[in-house]
Amino acid sequence: MSVSQKIVADLVANNIEFITTVPCKQLAGVIDEVEASPAIHHIPANKEDEGIGLCAGAWMGGKRPAIIMQNTAIGVVVNTLVTLTQFYRMPLPMLISYRGELREPVACQVEMAVHTKALLNQLHIPTYHFHKEADAAELDAILKYTFMCNKPVAILTDASFWGGYGDQ
Amino acid sequence: MIRSDVLRDIAPIIRDHLVVCNIGLPSQELHLIDDQPSNFYMLGTMGLSSSIGLGVALAQDKKVISIDGDGSVLTNFGTLPTIANNVADNFILLIIDNGSYGSTGDQPTYAGMKTSLTAVAKACGCENVVECQAEDTGRVLQEALDGNKMTIIVCKCESGNIKVPVITMDPVVIRDRFMKTAAG
Repeated sequence: MSVSQKIVADLVANNIEFITTVPCKQLAGVIDEVEASPAIHHIPANKEDEGIGLCAGAWMGGKRPAIIMQNTAIGVVVNTLVTLTQFYRMPLPMLISYRGELREPVACQVEMAVHTKALLNQLHIPTYHFHKEADAAELDAILKYTFMCNKPVAILTDASFWGGYGDQ
Repeated sequence: MIRSDVLRDIAPIIRDHLVVCNIGLPSQELHLIDDQPSNFYMLGTMGLSSSIGLGVALAQDKKVISIDGDGSVLTNFGTLPTIANNVADNFILLIIDNGSYGSTGDQPTYAGMKTSLTAVAKACGCENVVECQAEDTGRVLQEALDGNKMTIIVCKCESGNIKVPVITMDPVVIRDRFMKTAAG
């Protein structure tokens, strides 16, 4: 089982049936698995705050949601996380590609990477960082924790976790 | 007719359905006119009424009406292609288009100038887009509800506001009673 398949299997095992995605190169494999899963309603979003709105609605309509996006999105969604997800106390697992970490080929990605954990910390969002493939073993517990506490929870997945970018 | 007149007209039509209402004066006016547990009042997050409403509609079978404004649709333009490409026939998006940002002092929007939200919604791929005058909103909305097809309604009305108190209800209470209605 690939790491993308393992992630989607954990999402499905935790009854997550509604997933919005904004693509990232690192997340392409997991987004393919989400799209292929008959247990998941996949709604691609044009922007991450729109995706979080869709997730808020899906949860109020009775389906467990999740969003998959890049860490640059943290710069987009601060207001939405604070005044929608947190203010109304809604659960939201956020599987986030942590661009700009070790093995990153694009310098501009580092500019947002250095703010990512600081912003999540400032927003009091529980944050987990997957660096090695074995770290994904915690995903099941993180998802249960998210729906226990009704909070947005961030899972940062860096290039080393995804196996790098291949030859550079 | 201004927005609050439209809301007063449609209140008897929407009260038996799930309603997601736009931030600011629209929610405050609906709360004053006809507060219902089936109303989800947005207290923050301008622009997401249509996204939240589509999410609710895709997750369950009851009919959902998102009440939005021209200014907030302009804020979240990406919502229209998402709606067009993820059809939920239990979803109605009612855009009350008064050509202004009402909650912030009636500054003009581009929807009141050259930009037609009706044309934009059609160009985005939305299949049932109806533009109407404020006086006809109730009839058009009832037809959309009876038609069981996802519909975007662009209601053209005059700019203007009434004095209304802010909503002091706790957000978790708003959300909880809405969810209980959705699940009931």
